[in-house]
Amino acid sequence: MIPAAFEYARASSVEEASKLLSKFGEDAKVLAGGHSLIPLMRLRLAQPAALVDINGIKELDHIKEDGQKLRIGALTRHVTIHNSPVVKEKLPLLAEIASEVGDNQVRNMGTMGGVIAHADAAGDYPTLALILDAEIVTNKRTIPARDFFKDLFTTALGPDEVVTEVVFPVANGPHKYVKFRRRLFDWAIVGVAAQKMNGGWRIGLTNVGPTPVRAKAVEEALHQGAKPEEAAQHASDGLDPAGDLRASPEYKKHLARVLTKRAINQAEGRQ
Amino acid sequence: MKLKVATTVNGRRHEHEVEPRLLLVHYLRDNLGLTGTHIGCDTSQCGACTILVDGKAVKSCTMFAVQAEGRSLQTIEGMAKDGELHPIQQAFWDEHGLQCGYCTPGFIMAAAYLLEQNANPTEDEIRKGLEGNLCRCTGYVNIVKAVQTAAKTMSATPAKKATVTAGGN
Repeated sequence: MIPAAFEYARASSVEEASKLLSKFGEDAKVLAGGHSLIPLMRLRLAQPAALVDINGIKELDHIKEDGQKLRIGALTRHVTIHNSPVVKEKLPLLAEIASEVGDNQVRNMGTMGGVIAHADAAGDYPTLALILDAEIVTNKRTIPARDFFKDLFTTALGPDEVVTEVVFPVANGPHKYVKFRRRLFDWAIVGVAAQKMNGGWRIGLTNVGPTPVRAKAVEEALHQGAKPEEAAQHASDGLDPAGDLRASPEYKKHLARVLTKRAINQAEGRQ
Repeated sequence: MKLKVATTVNGRRHEHEVEPRLLLVHYLRDNLGLTGTHIGCDTSQCGACTILVDGKAVKSCTMFAVQAEGRSLQTIEGMAKDGELHPIQQAFWDEHGLQCGYCTPGFIMAAAYLLEQNANPTEDEIRKGLEGNLCRCTGYVNIVKAVQTAAKTMSATPAKKATVTAGGN
């Protein structure tokens, strides 16, 4: 399984990457960790005309604490996020999620910016970005996460726009990400993120629609004092997930409810 | 369009002109003749093609050869020294950590990375550390035992620690 031919160029700065993307046109793709893109290219589900390799742009590989915010460079690998003492202290849910993306080999290559820009419905970081009102910073502008994920594999990014950073708020209260899958390294069949923040819950769902979903009905029920098992019944409100080889729409909705209860309980230290 | 790629593989410098679409695993096998790195699934799941790139375990089917420009690589062929098996290889032999052996090079390289990160892993840490490698013959009991044995041997003789050629970090 050999990918279709493409042109390849290395960018040494974000400006250069953007220029190369403009030069190559709409069929060009950014190559970061490559762990979503290269598998798709091998299957020829993706046949970009050109790849702009940003792995040499070292300033995109960073984790910076900035007041009540955490700035994660687009090229920061999952392994770096998972091992970062700053992330563990300031946003432990992100460290937990990073530790469960793929396997060691995948985590050594895959990046924050890659997951965000690829916008796979089963991606884990987009759910966290959405529920925490994170911001996606590009070479041109700053986009709130709620306006970033448009559809399956579709984002607000323009053809010559490059994600440079994802900015999360600090949140170190009770938290849990429950990722339901058949094998350890698989994508989530359904995932649920729960984070307590400023006295309220933020609940997000992965892979129950084309983009991540914020379970506002669950948050509201918890705010009104509902028990986790009662509030979790609302996790499937308004969902219309697509079925796939692993799960039917009904099963995904069932999982959304069950895992939401589990996530809240486990965040609070119950089983 | 061909591009130059210069790498150090198991301590030896190599330079070739390659098509950008050439996967690193094909470069190792077809250009360098290092066929110890296997292609198992071609879908980034099985880990048979695991090698070390600047000391980090990577699936060489999920990287283009041109991305290895200037990097230091280690493959299974670089593990034994002077005709003596690396302690991880020896442990897989001693504990019978294989049946057909197809997945073994990938397991050994993933284990080398794991033990470099954590010299004395628990069974759970070994299982988690090897989650990116699949064995289809049997199970993982003897593979886990082999890694435990290797960890013991390597901490008893630190000189035999899994080391990576220059450029590791």
